[in-house]
Parts: sequence; structure tokens; C-alpha cells
Amino acid sequence: MSVPLSWYLILAAALFCIGLYGVLSRKNAIAILLGVELMLNAVNVNLVSFWRYLDPAQMAGQAFAVIVFAVAAAEVAVGLALIISVYRRRKTVVADEIDLMKW
Amino acid sequence: MTAEQIIFLLTGALVLGSGLMVVTVRNLLHAALWLVVSLFGVAILYAILQANFLAVVQVVVYIGAIAILFIFAVMLTRRELMEKGRQTRSNWWIPALLGLLILAGLVVLILSVPGVNHTAAAMPAGLDTVQALGTALVSPDAYVLPFEVASVLMLAALVGAVYVATAGKK
Repeated sequence: MSVPLSWYLILAAALFCIGLYGVLSRKNAIAILLGVELMLNAVNVNLVSFWRYLDPAQMAGQAFAVIVFAVAAAEVAVGLALIISVYRRRKTVVADEIDLMKW
Repeated sequence: MTAEQIIFLLTGALVLGSGLMVVTVRNLLHAALWLVVSLFGVAILYAILQANFLAVVQVVVYIGAIAILFIFAVMLTRRELMEKGRQTRSNWWIPALLGLLILAGLVVLILSVPGVNHTAAAMPAGLDTVQALGTALVSPDAYVLPFEVASVLMLAALVGAVYVATAGKK
């Protein structure tokens, strides 16, 4: 393992910031969820690299990453179901136009 | 430079480049396909980190299920949005600036931590990480409770997703 830990951390930070930019700048609700996926992946890279570099015998990092996988899958399933449901009623997936609860 | 460093740099460039394409490309279907490339790059990173199980799960769950779900959703909702207008907000430079500032802050913070430039020790001999992870996930003195909570959450979310997606239909 000749790659320093800091390389992984900086890569994950860059991926997180790209995802953050996508979440904040996109109009389409599906594109916002794509950005959230990138952010979750950045977190997972961090967890797994800490597991490998600190103490591989302790499985905490990998176990946490598995749970992040499950939560990400649940988040995408519910999020896309909501978007499809909204699209069926309002004929739009633009986040700005879904303002029924805004007063 | 060792071979591992070169592979890491190439994979990192792949992940970040396709990640940038995900957030900037106009056609959402292409964005979803770029997400597949990015997720595959992360799977390669897991393989380099010797997290074998997670590398496989990344391909099966993320690329096989989540990315396909995105492609379905894009295809079910596309039509008008694709053709007209821009895909990003008019003040897109504020999130870009915010992202760059946070990245700069994180890089400074990471590099200031002592010992962060150390490379990893070799894996302990005889440690089977897949077996160790499996044992940890079901052993009562490790992570069986979070694991079960995650599975209940998953079940509830999928039932809820089916209900929400079909509730509006007449």
C-alpha cells in the first residue's frame, strides 16, 4: 500500500464537493438525487480508507459502509418514487416548480 | 512512483472526471450513464483498498440497482424538460464557489492532521476480510443491531416507494 491516506481523503473531498455543486446548482429533481449519490460515495470512500489505514482487523469502517449502501438504496427508491408521483400529478420534475408547500 | 500510485491516480481522474460530467452534462440520461462510470471507478478504489466484498457490492447494488433505477426514472419523466431551457440555475456560480471553498478548506484541514501522509501497513496475515465482515454484521457483540435496523429501514422504504409510486394512479 504505497498510496498515502491523504490522497484518498482529498479524492473523497473533491468528489463530495462535486456532488454538493450538483445538488445546489441543478434544477431537475432527479439530477439533485444524482448529486446526493456522489456525496454518499465520497463518504463511503472515506470510511473504507480509514478502515484500511487505521486497523483492518476492526470491521467498523466496512460495516458502516454496508449500512450507508442500504440507506442510499432506500433513499433512492423513495426519492424516485416521490419524483415519479409528483410528475404524474403536476407534469414537472423541476424542483422550483414543486412549490405546493411553500407559502 | 509505484504501479499502485499510478493506478490510484488514473482511477481518481476517472472518478472525478465522470463525477464532473454527472453534474454538468445537459442530457440527464447521459448524466445517469456518467454516474455508472463514476461508481465503477469507486468500485476500483475499493478493490485497491482490499475491501473485496464492498467492491462487488458497489457493482451489484449501485450500478446494478441504483443507477438502473435512475435511468428508469429519467425515461419516465423526460419529455419537455430535455429540450427547453438550461439545466442549471441562473446563479450556478454560487454553488461552484461554495464547492471550491469547502474543497480548499477540507484539503487544508486534511493536510494539517499529523500522520495523514503515512502509507498503510500490510494486511495482518490470515485475516479474511469478507469472513470478518460477515461475522461482524451478525455477531451480537458487534453490529447485528445496526444491521437489522438497516434491513427493516430498507423493507419499509421499498414498501413505501411502491405505495407512493402507485398511489396517484386512477
